[in-house]
Amino acid sequence: MNIEQIFNDMSYGPAPEDNTKVVSWLADHKKGFGLYIDGQWQKPASGKYFDSVNPATGDKLGKVAQANDKDVNAAVAAARAAQPDWFGLGGHGRARYLYAIARLLQKHSRKLAVLETMDNGKPIRESRDIDVPLAIRHFYHHAGWAQLMATELPDHQPVGVVGQIIPWNFPLLMLAWKIAPALAAGNCVVLKPAEFTSLTAIMFAELCAEAGLPKGVVNIVTGDGSTGELIVKHDDINKLAFTGSTEVGRILRRATAGTGKKLTLELGGKSPFIVFDDADLDSAVEGLVDAIWFNQGQVCCAGSRLLVQEGVAEQVIEKLRVRMQSLRVGNPLDKAVDMGAIVDPSQRNQIAALVEQGVSEGASLYQPDIDMPANGCFYPPTLLTDVDSSNTVANVEIFGPVLSVLTFRTQQEAVALANNTRYGLAASVWSENINRALDVAPQIKAGVIWVNTTNQFDAACGFGGYRESGLGREGGLEGLYEYLKPKTFTLSQEKPAGKVSASKPAGNLPAVDQTTKFYIGGKQVRPDGGASLPVVGADGSVIGLVGDGNRKDIRNAVEAANGAAGWSGASGHNRAQILYFLAENLSYRADEFARRLAQSTGHAAARCMQEVDATVERLFYYAAWADKYEGRVHQPPMRGITLAMNEPFGVMGVVCPDNSPLLSMVSLLAPAIAMGNRVVMLPSEQHPLLATDFYQLLETSDVPGGVVNIVTGERDVLAKVLAEHLQVDALWYFGSKEGNGMVELASVANLKRTWAQGGAQYDWFAPDTQGQRFLQEACQVKNIWVPYGDAIQTGGGY
Amino acid sequence: MTAVKKKTAAASAKKRSNVVAPLFASRAIAERNPGTEFNARWLTDIAINQSAVERRIATLKGRRSVKKAWQSAWLLRAISCIDLTTLSGDDTPGRVKRLCAKARNPVRADIIDALGAQSLNVTTGAVCVYHVMVEEAVAALAGSGIPVAAVSTGFPACMAPIETRLAEIRASVAAGAAEIDIVISRRYVLNQQWDKLYDEVRAYREACGDARMKTIISTGQLATLTNVAKASMVCMMAGADFIKTSTGMESVNATLPVSLVMVRMIRKYFELTGFKVGFKPAGGISKAKDALDYLVMIKEELGVGWLNAALYRFGASSLLGDIERQLEHQVTGCYSASHRHPLA
Repeated sequence: MNIEQIFNDMSYGPAPEDNTKVVSWLADHKKGFGLYIDGQWQKPASGKYFDSVNPATGDKLGKVAQANDKDVNAAVAAARAAQPDWFGLGGHGRARYLYAIARLLQKHSRKLAVLETMDNGKPIRESRDIDVPLAIRHFYHHAGWAQLMATELPDHQPVGVVGQIIPWNFPLLMLAWKIAPALAAGNCVVLKPAEFTSLTAIMFAELCAEAGLPKGVVNIVTGDGSTGELIVKHDDINKLAFTGSTEVGRILRRATAGTGKKLTLELGGKSPFIVFDDADLDSAVEGLVDAIWFNQGQVCCAGSRLLVQEGVAEQVIEKLRVRMQSLRVGNPLDKAVDMGAIVDPSQRNQIAALVEQGVSEGASLYQPDIDMPANGCFYPPTLLTDVDSSNTVANVEIFGPVLSVLTFRTQQEAVALANNTRYGLAASVWSENINRALDVAPQIKAGVIWVNTTNQFDAACGFGGYRESGLGREGGLEGLYEYLKPKTFTLSQEKPAGKVSASKPAGNLPAVDQTTKFYIGGKQVRPDGGASLPVVGADGSVIGLVGDGNRKDIRNAVEAANGAAGWSGASGHNRAQILYFLAENLSYRADEFARRLAQSTGHAAARCMQEVDATVERLFYYAAWADKYEGRVHQPPMRGITLAMNEPFGVMGVVCPDNSPLLSMVSLLAPAIAMGNRVVMLPSEQHPLLATDFYQLLETSDVPGGVVNIVTGERDVLAKVLAEHLQVDALWYFGSKEGNGMVELASVANLKRTWAQGGAQYDWFAPDTQGQRFLQEACQVKNIWVPYGDAIQTGGGY
Repeated sequence: MTAVKKKTAAASAKKRSNVVAPLFASRAIAERNPGTEFNARWLTDIAINQSAVERRIATLKGRRSVKKAWQSAWLLRAISCIDLTTLSGDDTPGRVKRLCAKARNPVRADIIDALGAQSLNVTTGAVCVYHVMVEEAVAALAGSGIPVAAVSTGFPACMAPIETRLAEIRASVAAGAAEIDIVISRRYVLNQQWDKLYDEVRAYREACGDARMKTIISTGQLATLTNVAKASMVCMMAGADFIKTSTGMESVNATLPVSLVMVRMIRKYFELTGFKVGFKPAGGISKAKDALDYLVMIKEELGVGWLNAALYRFGASSLLGDIERQLEHQVTGCYSASHRHPLA
């Protein structure tokens, strides 16, 4: 091309990023990359390697080691050995290392960006301007948390050794999200990068060595899924952190159920991108470019479902088609490219298959008439219209550059469609009306909401999903908690009341029959099965009968709880008033509850009155918090704010322990409802009458119907039904040790948040069985990004 | 008034993608924007989100890059779109003559030769002066085909009586100005008096006659991007041939975010009427790199069809000097110095 020609056609020429330094780094490792274990580069025990390939060219980049059980065992052992000293180094010491890593990443930022682009296929613009800077920011931010941990989180300990498995879509960034908080909190890690993209993790390990990080603190083992499985199943790992598909996330949930291992999962999504008719439509279209054509759409939180208001739908779709025409797809190392390569042919085939399926189910396909590279693994930007809500492409995560469009009529319909998914990772809301945007954001069941923006991330702002998009958060204080363990609850020194078998009551006249019912939807309800269980008092006499609950009773209770959604939207003040009123009514009937405790547990009268008093105080305590346990306001590096809101899960199952049956029940129930959850409660199986007496208090204390539902019966049988119920969003289990694993396993289907603390008899009078920890477990954090600004700098003239 | 050509968005978009890059030096717009009736409804659905606009601009710079031969060609194109400007109280005939000479030969001949760009006969897009300098400039540019633009209507504050302002336009046209850069009453924008703004600009347009009208909206005094967008739309309805950001005298002149908003309004107006309106950012664009950023934005948002002097201008005085240095660097591989290039 000569200058005159270019002058006339005003074309873009090639603008390749220089990759010579990375090419020579790859040449230095021609013999194969090692495993980084215990501060040493080691050959894989198996002697096996697999190729790492540049998806844009098909060129082989190097040989990556396949770690086997010996390697993984060595890595875990190294991490275990290093952990006490790493934590013992203290917050300041750890902060210095994290700071050093951040600085080193900064110093080698271009090399990392180029390597990432060559290994993954993403445009250099993204690896250079987004992935690497965010990774650096993550280490700086967490150097800060390391420094502050001793003073700000005094009651917390590191979990120990953490196994981390990361995906191929943001290899270095996901590594940073995993390693920075783990190290800050005093843990040591064994990290496995994705099979397709191991190279930046290897370069990172070299930087760890350069930073002088003590050996064993960070261990990088490469390999395929089998290596990941070895980490998942390793006995000496205390916590697993995984980012990847929901399918694999479920496998991890199953594998860790009942092991006591902590687990965080960042999984898939089908995130809505909602455009109202009062939005800045040109900007919304540009937002879609960032939402679905960022990283070729291989983003868990990609805005892959466009929900556009009918009145502007045609206009937006036309603007999109025009915009797609100027997207440039090609060599990802070219600085003027919008979309690079798909990570692997297998992935591209999957995208193509899903698009074909969508079209066969009625969708209309649009792909712009743009130049596509002749070779390499590429897929064009794709728009699917005429997509109805039953179409596969409206529901399934495609993980490619494919946007599905649906329309809506009203705000209510937009919210309903947005929430019409099993996932709940992120959402974008576009409207120039602040009232509308801030009304919609809390109604969407997703962990991150972007108002008039999309795909924004920051180390200070938590990221993570609702529903089947995951468990836990990354980033922010909420993310740090995932790498910490609070002190275990104080154990009770009291002798547990033994189970007594029924004896014949003395006397001639039968006592007045006391057959209690369930409490469902604000009404006393007879058991569906028409069966009752006798309740035996401490003295062996039958002190009453309770309903023997079954699956249908649980179903009805969950229905009632689900219907009481108004409670989650009630003000903290309102919820506090009701908790205070409960306390007031309990205090009126203190003597009666104390007598019941004595009758059921056999404890002395004074001890029983003490429990009632403590219960009244506990209600006060959580009433006090109801309007105070609030979120945070983050100020990420943008003009705007991020609101971290504590939101209730929705429907919660609460399974109560047997000891201190009144106090323990209220210790669990009160924080759950204080935060706005609606509860299905399974009271102590041994002392259920406290709960059935308690519903009379609920009735007289203005607790709205459906907020608290009580079903008695065989606790673990019913707990399993609750755990399996897809409408139940979270489950607290304080039953038996075996029950912990049972509920964790049973909750796999909808990945509900479980808090399984069964198997120990806690001291419910101790100061640590009341506190913010319960509130924290009763809610999830939603981060709402709200950029603002409407004034341009003005002035001047004569 | 000429009837408005209404087109569906789809048809106009199709037309845009079919646009062939116009030949250089075709400064005349094939179909001049006749303006439309004042249409308040076109203003009501204008919504501009400042943060999103700024994000587009922030990432745009990283999304495109022109290097080597492409950079040289793009910079020559930039020169061809410059309204080489002097607007100073101490302007003299001698100063204006020198500027016009530079407009005819903006780049040293040896550099043009080395680039192989002789056949392009690159000149600047126009020379822009105050009214009293129009005659001098017209004489100095005789035979070059380079038009003279005059700033007018009580530039820069627009606080002169309307009769004076209209008379000034007529006087400049009579003196030979082919382009008139008018200023608007900012008070109409700040007080949302869109019909008054329309009437004012419409009157200017009539006074311009066959001269092309560039409407300077002084974005640095309009407070919000939504105001910028609406003022742009009103000026186009009133018959603007170009919409222009700034006088160069406001404390904030052309910026990329403000320009993006105006350019998107040009696209919207094109979709509504089928007429192409030009864009002229002015003030503060003094580096070759800045000029490339603007050209990239135009190409991305409007298409290559807008990348010529008929539809795009830079209002600048020192930009040319930086481009000359960059071009010499392209040729020699050595960084250049300003004293090696003839003074404008």
